[in-house]
Amino acid sequence: MSNKLKCSLCDENATVHLTQIINNQIQKIDLCESCAQKKGVTDSEGFSLAEMLSNTDYSSNSLQQNCKSCGLMLSEFKKSGRFGCTVCYTSFESFLEPILDEMHIGNQHIGKLPVKCLENISKGEQITLLEEKLQNAIKCEAYEDAALYRDELNALMESLNADSNNDNL
Amino acid sequence: MIEELIKKASAKSAKSTSKASSVVISSRLRLARNLRDCPFPNRADITQKREILSNIEAVLNHTSCMKKGNFFKMEELSSLERKVLVERHWISRELSEMEEGSAVSISSDQLCSVMINEEDHLRIQFIKNGFNLNALWKTVNDFDDLLEDKLPYAFSRKFGYLTACPTNLGTGLRASVMMHLPGLSISDNIEKVIRASNQLGLAVRGLFGEGSDASGHIYQISNQQTLGESEKDILDRLAGVLKNIIEHELNGRIKYYENNKEKLIDMISRSYGILQSAHLIDSDEAMNHLSFIRMAIDLGFLPEEFRRLIDFLFIEIQPGHIQYPDSNISVEIRDIKRAQILRNNFKKLPSLNFDK
Repeated sequence: MSNKLKCSLCDENATVHLTQIINNQIQKIDLCESCAQKKGVTDSEGFSLAEMLSNTDYSSNSLQQNCKSCGLMLSEFKKSGRFGCTVCYTSFESFLEPILDEMHIGNQHIGKLPVKCLENISKGEQITLLEEKLQNAIKCEAYEDAALYRDELNALMESLNADSNNDNL
Repeated sequence: MIEELIKKASAKSAKSTSKASSVVISSRLRLARNLRDCPFPNRADITQKREILSNIEAVLNHTSCMKKGNFFKMEELSSLERKVLVERHWISRELSEMEEGSAVSISSDQLCSVMINEEDHLRIQFIKNGFNLNALWKTVNDFDDLLEDKLPYAFSRKFGYLTACPTNLGTGLRASVMMHLPGLSISDNIEKVIRASNQLGLAVRGLFGEGSDASGHIYQISNQQTLGESEKDILDRLAGVLKNIIEHELNGRIKYYENNKEKLIDMISRSYGILQSAHLIDSDEAMNHLSFIRMAIDLGFLPEEFRRLIDFLFIEIQPGHIQYPDSNISVEIRDIKRAQILRNNFKKLPSLNFDK
């Protein structure tokens, strides 16, 4: 039990043992975790994100697509399996959906809701709505309405700012 | 830097009188969380990472759980210290390879650790002995509420908690239970269990997570899916499968004992003899013998109160713990030190009693 196999590429303990049949010859190789990852050897029974991503078809154009916030390219995501920021989820949503279907039980979050976070999300939505109403009111020269929308908007912005100041405590 | 923490941890686990359970060694829950409006750690520059770190540190310092705990910035820790923290399961191997901008906060009772700027801005984890998922979830959830009140989490109604890797999306919850499965291993049924678990959407890994082997017949079983299911359903589903595995493990042991009584008694006695008298032993060999001793306790050949000691030794004989605090000792000296620790501890054990 103590004579552990060493990785064929470096001297670390091998934890991945790969047997392949190439030209009717059995080839065995022992790799450590990091070399196995570098060489792209993954457990076929287990779940492999890298494999799933590499099996997904992308046109070469879409690989050049950027996240509008952090600039991450889809090709980088395909390579690392990691997004760069929260906006990536919207930027690459159409590519993500089939992957999520395969990866998870569903593609809609059912679970804990962060109360305060949701308050801010809905405040954000209300702000967008009020801004639209305000612009429309100005366009139609309904200045009384516009003044009301403006006040409401200012109050909402203020409460949002107060929240984020508390957040930075 | 970590000397006091380790001393305290060892003293605590050595003295602990709480009962260790027979198949499940410990349960762990981990939440992945990120701050909105900040890039994920892999895309944040060092200034952004420092800012994220100090924001989170300030909030953690105000929680009762972390107030008297330990806070370590990665760049302040030597590679040996990092190794010891990994062996204690307080930090991941990924975090142990990170430099400035990442940190870990460990609570005073040592049950909670928060990794900052690992793959996500926050990785909150709680570990407890035994099979304890629901009680543990309450603790994690309450702590998460405290942080949520002060930190602007990244959350979307559709995708839930947003994480750097979409494998953690949704609840961000990974529940992982460490199990001792010698019965399934010696009866060659472990492969079947691993395959069945994989088909049910669970991951099976060795003692130290991804890529580690299962020395000591210790396996970590965890959920892989985090989106489309509530936290409670994730935990219930995992617990259901684990209860099945526990049953198979216990039956496996009894069956093996009934069919191969002398062989099993021989294996256990040899392990006992080696741990009691070896002068040179590497960690793998030690782990495998400790595994047989743990099973001997479960089978009633040794008093139950020693199970805790064996679980403690599983960690104390890891290479980092043996070396610490001297980072330059050779493998041979390590094997000598390990054997010495084991001999000293095995003096406390009574003889094996097979009459029960």
